[in-house]
Amino acid sequence: MSELTEFRPRDRNWHPAADTPAYRSTTYRAPRRSLLAVPQSIGELSGPVFGDTPLDPLGNDLIRNYATTGDAIGERIIVHGRVLDENERPIPGTLIEIWQANAGGKYRHVNDTYVAALDPNFGGCGRVISDADGRYSFRTIRPGPYPFPNEGCDWRPAHIHLSIFGHAFVQRLVTQLYFEGDPLIPRCVIVNTIKDPKAIDSLIAKLDMDAMHAFDCLAYRFDIVLRGHQATYFEDRGS
Amino acid sequence: MALKETPSQTAGPFVHIGTLPEIAGLKAKASERRNILARDGTLGERIRIEGVIYDGACALVKDAVLEIWQANANGQYGSNDFVGWGRAATDFKTGLYVFETIKPGATPYRDGRGQAPHISLSIFARGINTHLQTRLYFSDEATANAADPVLQLVGQPDLIATLIAQRDASRPVYRFDIRLQGERETVFFDF
Repeated sequence: MSELTEFRPRDRNWHPAADTPAYRSTTYRAPRRSLLAVPQSIGELSGPVFGDTPLDPLGNDLIRNYATTGDAIGERIIVHGRVLDENERPIPGTLIEIWQANAGGKYRHVNDTYVAALDPNFGGCGRVISDADGRYSFRTIRPGPYPFPNEGCDWRPAHIHLSIFGHAFVQRLVTQLYFEGDPLIPRCVIVNTIKDPKAIDSLIAKLDMDAMHAFDCLAYRFDIVLRGHQATYFEDRGS
Repeated sequence: MALKETPSQTAGPFVHIGTLPEIAGLKAKASERRNILARDGTLGERIRIEGVIYDGACALVKDAVLEIWQANANGQYGSNDFVGWGRAATDFKTGLYVFETIKPGATPYRDGRGQAPHISLSIFARGINTHLQTRLYFSDEATANAADPVLQLVGQPDLIATLIAQRDASRPVYRFDIRLQGERETVFFDF
């Protein structure tokens, strides 16, 4: 019956509100009615399994996975960490998808009109499955900041988008990570859709010199926390 | 509780790069038509689900990604013969999304009552800070819908109507338009 144990409710004051006027795209896309709270049943407590899906062996190496003539250009970095639940338990076997701009802030996307150049050796798309301890790692280049139309011209800090599934429909999470020390972070209207400074800080990857590869790349550490189950009879017994 | 959930951020306008790279214009690593769930040998009635997403200005949302999660024809999730998960983008020109799947069976509610056949749906897009979750029910399941515990929580008939996909008169095609705002704003859930 453990699969029918509900997950803890999502703290909607920790997450961004739907309507955040400074980020103008929310104005016509934020539902006006409150979300309807509904108990979780089997469809919400289960989720797709990707752990057995064979991935491209270069899936987590964005320096090489779309390269044709050489490595992608830019500051070479490792982004790594663990996927945990709110109860501090590792989440193994979960799919993590990432996407990002290149070192000049340009996305390889048919709709990106930014003037910066494309890198013929960079796709900006990665996939990996967390290991038995919930660990994951990507090798990539540090993305560049870029402008976007909002209140006139606003700038995004360097960021990587992440999509994580967990093992249940209600654990699904899509977010963005930022880089420690970036002066654009506090100026970003999308970052500031989140009110709590501690919540914002949890989206900032920290420089991790212990994990750098000597004479190759720097490393940043970013742990991901997904919703965890409510306490159960079994957990109370410490098993 | 020792840790706080990582907060959400919008998937942004370039969500396709990471989720449906071919649609972004990236060279395919493998042919992955993630909006087609029904395979050879999958049990159940083959159906097509299609629709658009409207914003509060009645404009089509043409940069969204939708994900669905559903039971198989027997009401089981994650069975070996049917993954039950799919992903589609709204078309950059027409705004239309399409899934080819099978009609799910009834599934149990927490208290053992039956739930009407339904598909869980998540929506990701620029301007959506935390993905939206809703459910799609079927217009030809009026009796089951009337007894569905979640639709009973929704309550008002005009709100329930936002969750019912309409079956075409002659083909196994259901139309499910989503409205982010406005008079017929879709009901979104907090599970």
